[in-house]
Amino acid sequence: MTAAPDAPPTATVLQGVRPLGADPVDLVLDGGVVTEVAAPGSAARDGARVVDGRGLVALPGLVDLHTHLREPGREDAETVETGSRAAALGGFTAVHAMANTAPVADTAGVVEQVWRLGRAAGWTDVRPVGAVTVGLDGERLAELGAMADSAAAVRVFSDDGRCVHDAVLMRRALEYVRAFDGVVAQHAQEPRLTEGAQMHEGEVSAVLGLRGWPAVAEEAVIARDMLLADHVGSRLHVCHLSTAGSVELVRWGKARGIAVTAEVTPHHLLLTDELVRGYDPVYKVNPPLRTAADVEALREGVADGTIDVVATDHAPHAVEDKDCEWAAAAMGMTGLETALSVVVAALVEPGHLDWAGVARVMSAAPATIGRVEHQGRPLAVGEPANVVLVDPGARRVVEVAAHASRGRNSPFAGLELPGRVVATVLGGHPVVLDGALASPRPDAGRHPGGW
Amino acid sequence: MRHLLSAADLSREQAVHLLDVAEQMAATQQREIKKLPALRGRTVVNLFFEDSTRTRTSFEAAAKRLSADVITFSAKGSSVSKGESLKDTAMTLEAIGADAVVVRHSASGAPHRLATSGWIRAGVLNAGDGTHEHPTQALLDAFTLRRALRGGAGAGTGTDLAGARVVVVGDVLHSRVARSNVLLLHTLGARVTLVAPPTLLPVGVGAWPCEVATDLDAALAGSGGARPDAVMALRVQLERMDAAYFPSAREYSRRYGVDGRRLALLPDHAVLLHPGPMNRGLEISADAADGVRSRIVEQVANGVATRMAALYLMLAGEDAA
Repeated sequence: MTAAPDAPPTATVLQGVRPLGADPVDLVLDGGVVTEVAAPGSAARDGARVVDGRGLVALPGLVDLHTHLREPGREDAETVETGSRAAALGGFTAVHAMANTAPVADTAGVVEQVWRLGRAAGWTDVRPVGAVTVGLDGERLAELGAMADSAAAVRVFSDDGRCVHDAVLMRRALEYVRAFDGVVAQHAQEPRLTEGAQMHEGEVSAVLGLRGWPAVAEEAVIARDMLLADHVGSRLHVCHLSTAGSVELVRWGKARGIAVTAEVTPHHLLLTDELVRGYDPVYKVNPPLRTAADVEALREGVADGTIDVVATDHAPHAVEDKDCEWAAAAMGMTGLETALSVVVAALVEPGHLDWAGVARVMSAAPATIGRVEHQGRPLAVGEPANVVLVDPGARRVVEVAAHASRGRNSPFAGLELPGRVVATVLGGHPVVLDGALASPRPDAGRHPGGW
Repeated sequence: MRHLLSAADLSREQAVHLLDVAEQMAATQQREIKKLPALRGRTVVNLFFEDSTRTRTSFEAAAKRLSADVITFSAKGSSVSKGESLKDTAMTLEAIGADAVVVRHSASGAPHRLATSGWIRAGVLNAGDGTHEHPTQALLDAFTLRRALRGGAGAGTGTDLAGARVVVVGDVLHSRVARSNVLLLHTLGARVTLVAPPTLLPVGVGAWPCEVATDLDAALAGSGGARPDAVMALRVQLERMDAAYFPSAREYSRRYGVDGRRLALLPDHAVLLHPGPMNRGLEISADAADGVRSRIVEQVANGVATRMAALYLMLAGEDAA
């Protein structure tokens, strides 16, 4: 670390913040780590940047286990740069970039490219996810070891967007990634049961005449994969749980001692298939929005620990891919810049989670699953200085036009949501201040450990 | 009536009024000069993304007999087949100055998108969208039923279909006709029983305002309490067989086909409807289609009068926009 004489301060004092909602303290960040936790108002550093954090909740920087950054291939929908900015504004100090790009992130070359783009952007820690199979085609394993050994150090592998439906291939993938402590993150969707599927199969799809995506198509794959993981002694991560039955199955799997973890998206915690009645494709997503009973079961699943992680499945799309009839529209919703607010609305306000719980499901657990060692850590002396400050009392109307993401496909547009990200600190460097982008983390300012 | 997107858009009063206007329209069609000046100077665009000679011709005839300027826009050979989006097509029609757009599309909900997305100001009339709805088909079916059950042309004016029992048999899962009929016939007070093999009933059908059965003979014999006043056979596409919805055309025909033997189970006054085009020998036998109970040809004629009424109420009705 070499600082020019007129360089901005490297030390930052977050004054009067409430770690995980507890009593106020001053957090001193220096050299990329937390150097002091002091009584409020007592920490003072000459030349340090001081952030007035009174009334704000401090959480470890959020970690998204499921993000689509679209680069390479669909830079019209999102780039690593724009998606990273969106992540920082949403309080995420790390995002896992899914592999369904063009070309697919199924080689060391592509994952390293994405990783380098993320580092160059400097707004968040971009962790590439590697494809399980070549081209996501579900036919032969991609070079998982090469991706793990690359500079990107990939630990999460997923064909997300497609299901690894071949049972033998799934078994081999689960076994193989054990060699480097990787995990397969499965997009659970039985392909034959969901051919041409447009929305949740139930009363609403019957009326709308849209082909149904039955809950069983998700649940059957989850059941199979848990049994496979158990049989071969591997860990399994299940992406975006969407049904009550899936929650029940994962609860059973955990009780049985299977090394399964599960995630849910913010939209599946708040929205239902009733919204599809107007045929607005902003509500088209895969897995689809389900029923109110499913939403309730998912919330309870997070509350009791069955679901480990809330992950965004941020899926930006070009405007023309949503500005069309339902059947022609792309599936997916943006989520990075609304995730925390939706979690507050769906889980904190109803009493399912406290702030320590939010830190667990949005930071510590995803970092552990993704093996991102310097993320999701406690706010304690010696720990990495990845911090997000949240104004818990703020309410704001979601304005999509103001989003940093290139995607305009937010299902929360126009909704008033609680909670606002005020500041995001990445490795000691404030990337977001006063709710707006400040400056990216300079590559030269990295921790000696490399992060 | 700003748009007509779903049969559920109509209240009982609106539906009865539309059928009454259709009676007036039908009366004018008995005259030597069939053309009325009602929509002179208005432009109706028939926007057909899906082939349907019958429905397109019916709407064309309806609009022309009301003196509207009619522009027919078929997907084949147009810019749509070159990849133009629904939005751009709609904005082109807006620029041309369409007052009403009659749209047929293979995607469920496409007419909703046209009506609600702000792309056009014209009224939108759903002429069949995917496996969702086909409201004017339900209106012409209701019109045909009202005439059949209330004693002929004009006799049913002002009345609904309270107490009538209607069996609808066939591929309910993929049928926009079935969805619109269930909604409209329910609104008009009729009792509907849907009959289909379980594979061709949608999950969630239990929430519809009708009865659901899987045994056609029992339904025709009045297992629901009374025998039906009408039977409507739905078109079954043979490609459904390849997707394992049923084992063979013969088996489908035996269990769910309407034939002379089954029609004999009905009371004397009961009638047979089919939205067309028919697969003779599959969902309907030749003797049933051509028999005395059949109102299938009449349905086609009534389609023009009913669509005249719908266009008239959209563009020139008291509450037209």
